[in-house]
Amino acid sequence: MTSPATPAVEFRAVTRHFGSVRAVDGVDLTIAEGAFFAMLGPSGSGKTTCLRLISGFEKPTSGQIRIFGQDVSDVPPNRRNVNTVFQDYALFPHMSVRDNVAYGLMVKGVDRKTRLDRAEEMLSLVKLPGYGDRKPGQLSGGQRQRVALARALVNEPRVLLLDEPLGALDLKLREAMQDELKALQKRLGITFVFVTHDQHEALSMADSLAVFSDGKIAQIGTPEEVYARPQSRFVADFVGSSNVLPPDLTRALGGPARWSSLRPEQVRIADQGQGRGIVTSIRYLGAGSRVALRIGEAEVAALVPAGQTVPEQGAEVAIAFDPAALHVMEG
Amino acid sequence: MHSDRASWGLKLGAGLGLAFLHLPILLIFLYAFTTEEKSYQFPPPGLTLKWFGVAWERADIWPPLWLSLQVAAIATVLAMILGTLVAAAMAQSRFFGRDQISLLILLPIALPGVITGMALRSAFSVMDIPFSVWTIILGHATFCIVIVYNNAVARFRRLSGGILEASSDLGANGFQTFRHVLLPNLGSALLAGGMLAFALSFDEVIVTTFTAGQQSTLPIWMLQELVRPRQRPVTNVVAIVVFAVTFLPILAAYYLTRDGDQTAGAGK
Repeated sequence: MTSPATPAVEFRAVTRHFGSVRAVDGVDLTIAEGAFFAMLGPSGSGKTTCLRLISGFEKPTSGQIRIFGQDVSDVPPNRRNVNTVFQDYALFPHMSVRDNVAYGLMVKGVDRKTRLDRAEEMLSLVKLPGYGDRKPGQLSGGQRQRVALARALVNEPRVLLLDEPLGALDLKLREAMQDELKALQKRLGITFVFVTHDQHEALSMADSLAVFSDGKIAQIGTPEEVYARPQSRFVADFVGSSNVLPPDLTRALGGPARWSSLRPEQVRIADQGQGRGIVTSIRYLGAGSRVALRIGEAEVAALVPAGQTVPEQGAEVAIAFDPAALHVMEG
Repeated sequence: MHSDRASWGLKLGAGLGLAFLHLPILLIFLYAFTTEEKSYQFPPPGLTLKWFGVAWERADIWPPLWLSLQVAAIATVLAMILGTLVAAAMAQSRFFGRDQISLLILLPIALPGVITGMALRSAFSVMDIPFSVWTIILGHATFCIVIVYNNAVARFRRLSGGILEASSDLGANGFQTFRHVLLPNLGSALLAGGMLAFALSFDEVIVTTFTAGQQSTLPIWMLQELVRPRQRPVTNVVAIVVFAVTFLPILAAYYLTRDGDQTAGAGK
């Protein structure tokens, strides 16, 4: 047994180059055992390559990857105690759902009865009992996703990797699956590492997350930290739809002459406040309205909760906010 | 723009086109039963089954038939092994000059048979290889490989690389992945490719003419037979046999790949 302090996954100065492209460029990363860890970033930011480095389908150009303390540089994918839920599920089309789920046990030589019983248990776990005889082609997208999940979990991996697991599902199903995945992870206590480009998904599901940009980690922390105190313009912009304020505006609003971020929900429309601007657009969002104002050269958005007075387009109004909400960034 | 019903003119045209293509085949069948043995007289003066018996008795039919079956079978086996290996390499790896090599693989079937035949004949002569059954087989294998390759490479491309990775991710070694995932998904495409290759080899004339020694395959025997007017309907009886041996595998291949499409696409 490893001590509880041993991280599930550790990257030390990991680099992966494809020709001249630095897909992963000097990443240091520690994922604690039992964490629900999200890798968030736009496409091409290196998050999927990092996932494939953990599963073993990519090898680092330099640096070291440890899984539960063991250096896995020379361990092929089939001998890592890590399983993946693939983006397109990658179910075996010629096998029944039951054989798909039992596959990992079959290749390990587990006897037929045991593995079929285990497959049935796993199908119950993902709420698909009795679907064993069907072929993947006869299932809906959401059901295939559950089969992929069951197939990965049957091996009792210590780390489960999920590559954009909810990307192909429609909104309602996606939200239901988010709750379910979260509950499943709590129940099983397995370390989940999942890749997504959806900041809402990352914020709502993960205990901690890494924001990727150009093969590097832009910021790592809990969702609250990353959301409230983004370290860079990129993070502020990508995680949520924050106002990113240039140095001169930050100073005009009472801060230092540095880049800063200000969350729209912390900006109030008032008769007087730190600054004044012209209303340029109003977008109704259901739970409130997003009011965009032009202050000098820059644009600042305010979220007006439903029930409060929304100013007219073209009106000149003041904005007010708690000075502590103005978050000064490093870059 | 898009109507379900075609105009009468179009239907008539299509019907005439199909008739032009297929009536001659029916005539071949018809003349296998004619009582007139020297010319193709229409309508046949009478119908008889005796030519089937005569064909059965003729000793000169059997060696070409066996030779053709033997050549087609060996060429197909060769093509299935080499064609599948090439397809696997081309579909799964990226390397410099890959597209050019893919074109080179397809070339034997794009080139006129006369060119392939001449090239092989001069190559065999230069290398001092005597013309034999094996030179015919090698000649046929050149285009059979292309048929198998084409079928296999299309299936390889459709098999999302995902399922092979998924197999490995779940703990399978290379052999297990091949046995449990790759082969079942590739099987029908290989069988279809093999059947088409067999059919193509069985009735090939041009390359055979250039690469054969003293032997004649069944199609060559038929060609020689048509020149001398003796027991002509026997040739038609043989034609029916050739038709069955080539058409049935093609039909089977068609159904195999059609069902295969559904299975392979089902994972998406």
